[in-house]
Formats: sequence, structure tokens, C-alpha cells
Amino acid sequence: MSPRSLFDGASPPLSRDDAQALTKRALSFSKAEQARVVISNSAQGNTRFAVNQVSTSGDATDTVITVQSVFGKRAASASTNKRDDASLKQTVEISERLAKLSPENQELMPELGPQKYLDVDGWAASSAALDPAGRVSAVRRVTDPSAQAGLVATGFIEADADVTAIATSAGLFAYGRLTGTSMTTTVRTADGQGSGWAGAAHSDWSKIDASALGQHAIDKAIRSREPVAIEPGRYTVVLEPTAVGNLIQLLGFAMNARNADEGRSFFTKPGGGNKIGLKVMDERVTLASDPADPDTKAYAFTPEGMAVKPTTWIKDGVVQTLSYDRYWAQKQGKEPTPFIRALRMSGGSGGVDELVASTDRGILVTRFWYIRPVDQRTILYTGLTRDGTFLIENGKVTKAVKNFRFNESPIFLLNNLEAMGEPVRVSASEDGGPGLAIVVPPIKAHDFNFTSLSDAI
Amino acid sequence: MSDRREFLKHSAQVAAALAAASAWKATGGAADLLAEAPPASAPPTDASIKDLMNDALNAAKMAGASYADVRIGRQRRNFVFTREDHILNVVDTDSLGCGVRALVDGTWGYGGTRVLTPDGVAAAAKEAVAIAKANRLARDQAVVLAPAPVVKNATWKSAFTTDPFDVSVEDKAGILLKANAEAMKVKGVQFVFSGLFFVKEERNYANSEGSVTTQTLVRSWPLMQITAVAPDHSDFQNRGNVVPPMGRGWEYVLKSDLAGNAGKWGEEAVQKLSAKPVEVGKYTLVLHPSHLWLTIHESIGHPSELDRALGYEANYAGTSFVSPPEKVLGKLRYGPEFMNIQGDRSQEGGLSTMGFDDEGVKPNDFLIIKNGIFNDYQTTREQAMWLDWWYKQQKIETRSHGCSYAQGWDNVQFQRMPNVSLLPGEKDLVWEDLIAATDSGIAIMGDGSFSIDQQRYNAQFGGQTFWEIKGGKIVGMLKDVAYQMRTPDFWNSMDMIGGKRGYELGGSFFDGKGQPGQINAVSHGAVPARFQNINVINTGRKA
Repeated sequence: MSPRSLFDGASPPLSRDDAQALTKRALSFSKAEQARVVISNSAQGNTRFAVNQVSTSGDATDTVITVQSVFGKRAASASTNKRDDASLKQTVEISERLAKLSPENQELMPELGPQKYLDVDGWAASSAALDPAGRVSAVRRVTDPSAQAGLVATGFIEADADVTAIATSAGLFAYGRLTGTSMTTTVRTADGQGSGWAGAAHSDWSKIDASALGQHAIDKAIRSREPVAIEPGRYTVVLEPTAVGNLIQLLGFAMNARNADEGRSFFTKPGGGNKIGLKVMDERVTLASDPADPDTKAYAFTPEGMAVKPTTWIKDGVVQTLSYDRYWAQKQGKEPTPFIRALRMSGGSGGVDELVASTDRGILVTRFWYIRPVDQRTILYTGLTRDGTFLIENGKVTKAVKNFRFNESPIFLLNNLEAMGEPVRVSASEDGGPGLAIVVPPIKAHDFNFTSLSDAI
Repeated sequence: MSDRREFLKHSAQVAAALAAASAWKATGGAADLLAEAPPASAPPTDASIKDLMNDALNAAKMAGASYADVRIGRQRRNFVFTREDHILNVVDTDSLGCGVRALVDGTWGYGGTRVLTPDGVAAAAKEAVAIAKANRLARDQAVVLAPAPVVKNATWKSAFTTDPFDVSVEDKAGILLKANAEAMKVKGVQFVFSGLFFVKEERNYANSEGSVTTQTLVRSWPLMQITAVAPDHSDFQNRGNVVPPMGRGWEYVLKSDLAGNAGKWGEEAVQKLSAKPVEVGKYTLVLHPSHLWLTIHESIGHPSELDRALGYEANYAGTSFVSPPEKVLGKLRYGPEFMNIQGDRSQEGGLSTMGFDDEGVKPNDFLIIKNGIFNDYQTTREQAMWLDWWYKQQKIETRSHGCSYAQGWDNVQFQRMPNVSLLPGEKDLVWEDLIAATDSGIAIMGDGSFSIDQQRYNAQFGGQTFWEIKGGKIVGMLKDVAYQMRTPDFWNSMDMIGGKRGYELGGSFFDGKGQPGQINAVSHGAVPARFQNINVINTGRKA
């Protein structure tokens, strides 16, 4: 027997009809005033490699069925991964029992009726068909040249194929499919004195070039050897697209309207209210989300069944909107605006090389790591550079430098912007999984705040 | 997709709170923990589950596996979240399935399924073998497992007296709403978020060598975040991470007394608004166990994972400065003579505490740092063999420390952190004694912001509350404090630690490692400790 692809003949992905039938069956057991059923049918395959060989690899499929039951303002949900009638009935009953005993939630919104969704099919056949042998073949396109060069490659491939279906007692039905893949590799020199990273993510596995990733990481590993220490401080930086993605995605989490209105956010306007309509960064910056964007495909509905529409968050540096849940939107007289797992930033033309060529003295950053919040008032985060940090002198990369810790905010970064290159899809998740779908340019900015040196390679 | 990401999808509010939270505070301590009644006997392995595990092992062997193990697990989670005067979420989840790991010609493969029938588990086993065979093309060094005693029909149950899954949602919500009301009574407190998070696991394990184990575990975490906002909206401050998660049940929630403590936490949030911004410089730091557990976790727990040290996690978690083993074992001075760090899965109430690991090994207690010198790594059966030379040199048995763990049936097991703790010093000193002995410095309580590099050298930590020490007394509150450190310098600057009475457990419900990321829950015991000449920065900026 050869290993299967993600969804094989024995466990095919749930079709729209089968998913609808399953939600109907679950809802038929409901005695609640309102109910919602969410089905998540997923397959995941992954292969890890370390020290130039595969270390672990595995596949798993699962179906999780979640039932939300509502009586008046009382609600609760329960989930199971068993599909038989007895289990569905029991799960419905658990959610009903919990809901009846739960205190009232004055903010509870009624379940939605039928909705209109954008027509997005996020399913790429090349991703769903990726099997363990295909993953091993991609691994060898990195480990073989790495071993030949006397280097040590470590990395990870993940492929996800998910089906989500939602139905409510008010007549809503939503169905969507989404694949996601990523490949990342860290190549180190045998003596541990150099380390280079490369990565890519896309809903379509055929867009990922394993050989190119491997060459990129190998090149960085060799060039990053014997880094020199230079003083921490404020530097002009050229950030590769992945490093930009690492920081820009943090804005998404901070753009919550309610927190802003309540006075506990960067987006709070001093004196009261929020910063919608105010300029908060360089006028060349626009940030938008579109679930139908071919490079950032996402579900066209939220777990509540609310339609996800193309949304512009920042236009020409000015805040256009913040994310509003249904309750807060109603209270403030706004459109509900969900946060989406897809983000695209504006850019310019050219790539990292052009930005380097225009820089007299600065630091080139491959990516950031262990990025954690320090102060929500300014969206200040700390973290470190990693796997390829270089000094730029007179328009050229001249030497590898030791890694830095930074304390910086994406808001300050985008106010200190000097130039942007062409936006590209990146893998910006910390764990190397598909993560948030994000398209960002390489950028050059001044006064980036590096606060200390790290000995880590 | 990780459990945590899956869970966080349920609520943006929860996501925000948990991103900020990680866990913490001071209740109990070792003395209290030891005083609890021993756990009642655990239920035996269900006969039908034992049959299914046999079916899976037979299928793996028939397909060509030289070794196989199977886990049939059920994980239930329950969480209740509230804000101010009302409930936000009540969620119950239940997941049941089977994971099979097979070793073929020295190469691993893994398959997982939710179909718990003889055919379903056999298909997962065959899949594991097929993947191992496919992987063989990209592997030239065979996996060798350290010997482990066969454990037949062993059972174990964690230290809970009341199963949180037997407690009504009314009672759970009632405790939270009462605590919220107490916090909201404090002038200046505008918002409160609170929650209870429970996990119950039934873990069945069998391997082709004949081991069979069944374990029941419960974990509980009470959460609260209290927010004070300046009247002109120019500032806001949070007090969170108030109670550490524990491997205990409902009785622990009651003992945490959220309502009784909420007023004090609320006052601290308000006090932070008018606290003095710290001046940057070098300081003496006195760190409370409610803070120090996280520094131990990041700067000792992670770098002493053997897979990291040997490069297996280089692509995500990173490598380790505690490497290569032959240059650091018995040689690297990590800290002062009185510094001893223990790895164990035996402390009652510890989040990583278990009777048997995910290879059927009964974990042992071991010293990671002995009298200030690096002494041992965290290991699984595969990894213990990599240190065979060291154990032979020490004239001790080459065995796994029992650190194999998978977050659920749908992930493959690998090396995860046991409880890693700073052992008490010989002198009977408590927190107040360390403050009294300090002429000038900063005392830090509670865990806050944290970040560390991929080899675990350079770290930065915040906290929950910061206190200025002058002349052996706390004279006022500071804010915007974070310290930056280089791990070996930091631990070697430690000049004073507390004794047994000052020992407390902190911990994390959500420690991430591996690709795909897996979550492990882990506790860290610590005593209060003092550090000299530490670099403190001010994190406050103008927006």
C-alpha cells in the first residue's frame, strides 16, 4: 500500500450535499429556540526533516461538529468528532443543558438567516493531492544540495485541506473549502556559525518551489557565517518581505473597534472615541483584506455565518474602519466588520536588491522571531532578528552581523517608511504553518529600534 | 492546526485575553500541595479499547513495522468566559481518536484516525507503515530506542478530587461573575475579563513490546484580567495572569478564591496608572516565584531539550546554547553552587505530571543543573541513546526520562518539557527576607511580556507589578519595566534564594513546540531569588 493523499477514496472531503444533510440531521435533534451547527472536516499531512533527513511525518483526518443552542439570551455550545446519530443527539443535548443553566448574555445576537456570500473556492487540487511521497521529494530538493554543500538542513512541510459548513435554525447555510500549504527550511553550517532561512506559503502547493527555497537558505547560511557585533541602536533597515509580514500582521489583532472605543487600544482617540478617519502612518500605506484575492484565499464567511467582504482597513495612511463584531456594530450604528485571515499591503516596484542599493548604511533583516507584545498602548512588540542579518554599506551588503533584539511598533515602522518594493505572498507565521495569508512588500525604513545584541546564531 | 488556534477561533475576546495571558499567581505553594489527599485509584483499561489497540499493533506488525505504539485518547475541554456583568461563552468540546506510530527499517511513520473500529485503526496503522517506508528514502541513520521496562496494565490518575466536568455551568459562571463584581467595585476599574478553562484527558497507550497503560488527567485554569482606564483616555493598565493553571480539579478553583482577591488585583490595576515610570539602568532584581517560573521555562527549560540541542528543532523553536552535549555535560557553569534545577513529572498538581509518558515509560526525577553545573537533558527513548556515552561515564543506566508527549491522538509524540523547577536553598528564607536584605532594587511579581532568541541567550521579560526597593523596604510602585538578559550571565548573577517555605508552582497551559505546533502544559516550581546588575529598560512610548 502506498500512502494516501490528504483526502483519499476512503475518506473523501464532505461534499456540499453531504455537509448539508449532516447539519440537517444535527438540527433535527434540536429543541432549542435557536441553534447553529458548524462542521469542520479537515485533513492534515506534514513532514519534518532535520539533520538532512526526514525525522517525523504523519497524516490525520478529523471531523468536528459544533452545536450552539440558544434559549432567550442564554447560549452554550458543545462539540464532538463522532458523526453517528446518537453522538449528534447527545452533543445537541449537552449544549442545550449548558445553555439552560448558563446566565444570560445581554450581548447575544440572534442567529443569522440566509446570507449572500462571495463565490470563493479556496481548494487547490495540487494541495489536496500532496501525499507523503510528494513531500519527501520536496524535502530532498533541499536536503540533497544542502548535504552536498556540507551544510545541515532542517525544515517542515504542512498541507491542510479543510471543509467548513454552517447551518442555523433560521435557515442559513454556508459551505466552503480551503487548502493551505507551507514549506520552510533553516539551513545551518556544520559548525553552527551560520544560519539561513527561506519559506513560502500558499493555498496552492504548485506555487511553492522547493529547490529555490533550498538554494536561498543555503546561500544565506554560507553568507551569514562569522557575524560581527555592531552596537545596538536606531538603524535604517531593509526588511525582506517575510520580516515585514512578521510585523504587519500584528496590526490586524490590534484593529478592534470595541477596545478602541473603550479606551484600551492604540486606536483609541485621546479624549474619547476611536481613530477612524485619522492618519496614523505614511500616506503610501494601504492595508486591505479580500477572501477572493487569489494570493490570500480565505473563507467568505465567519464561524457565525456572517458574510466576509473585501475590506480596506487603512487607505493612504488613514484608518478606514476597525473590526466590529455584530453586537458592537449594532450598538455603534456601524456595519459588522469581521477580522479576516487574509491581508494585503500596498507597495512599489523592485525588490530587496533595489532597496539595498539605495542605502548608505543600514541593516538587512531576513526575518523576526519570538515576537511578543510589550505595550498595547503603542502596539509595541519585542523580538529578535534571525537566520540572515547583514550590514549594508554604500549600497552593498558587506558583512554578516550578530542578531539584535528590537522593541518596536508596526505603527512607528510604517511612519518611518522610506521606500517599498513589490508585494509578494510570504510565510510569516512563527511556527512555519500556513498561518495568516499575507502579501507584503520589502520595505526600507529609518530609526528602527534595536535594543540589545544576541549571541544566538 | 494547533489546538490553541482551533480554540481561539471561538472568540476574539478570548483570543485577546489569552494572547496576553500565559498563566500565573501565588496560591498554595509546595506545602499546601503536599497536604492534599492522594488521588483515588484510577480506572483500568477498557477491554474494547485494549482490543482496538491490539488490532492496530497487529496491523502495523503485519505491514512490516519492527516496533509500533498506539494511543487511543479522549480529550474533553470546557470553558466559560465572562466580562463585567455577563457571560460571553460556554463551550464543551469532545474529541476521540487513535494515533499509531510505526518504526520500519529505522524510520518513523504516523497515522491518525477518528474511526474507532478494527478496520479504522488498522488503516491508520497501515498508513503509518506506508509513510515510514516513503520516508526511508530521505533517511540514512536508523532510530534506536533505549530499553524500557514493559509496563503491563498500569493505571494512573492525576491529583484532582472534584472532576470539573461534574460541576454545573451555573456554579462556574457564578464564581466568575461574583469575582467580576468585586473587581468592578474598585474606583477606576472599567473592565474585567474572567474565565475558567478545564481539560480532561483519558489516555490509553500500548506498544508492540507489551506495555499497556491507562491514565486520567484533569487540568484547571482560572483566569482574570482587570483593566483600569484613565478618565481622559490617555492611558490604560491591566492586571492579569493572576492564578497559575494546575493539574488539579474544581477544588483548586475554589481555593483560588477569585472573589476574595479580585479587589486587591483591581486596586493594583488602578495603582499602575499613577505608578512612577522606571529609569533605565542596571538594577538588583528580586523575582517572585509568580514571575520567575517563566524565566526558568524559557532560559533553562527549553535549552535543555536534547532535540533542540542537536538541531532537530532548528527550523522553528531553534537550537540551544547548551550544546554540543560533550562540551557542556558536567562542564558548563550555568549558575552559582547553590543552584539546582530538577526535571520531573512527579510533583503533585504539576501540569506535566504523569504516571507514564507517550512511550509507556515511567518518568524519573533528574537534575538538569546540579550545584550550578549542567548535568542532564530532557529525553525520550530515541534520544536517551544519543547520550549513552555520558550515562556510561556517570555509571548510571541509559534510560529515557519519560518526556515523550503528544497533545492529542491526532499528533505524533515527541520530546516535551517535564516540570522544570528551581529547588529551594538550604536557608529558610521567604520573599520578605530577600526584600529586607536588599538596599536598592526592583521587585517583580507575576509574569508579563516574554521573548527569547532561538538559542536561548538573549531574553526580555516584563511582569505584572513592579515595586521599588529602598533600604530593605518596598517604597512604591513602578511601571513600564522590562529586563534584558544573557542567560548564563543572568543565572550566574543570582546571589540569594529562598528556602522551602517560599516554594511555589507557576506554569503554562499553552507551551508551543514542534511543527505542526503542539501544545504542552507544564509547571515550574521556584523560590524567590535575587539577581545583581541586571539591565532594565523602559517600555513606555508616546503613540
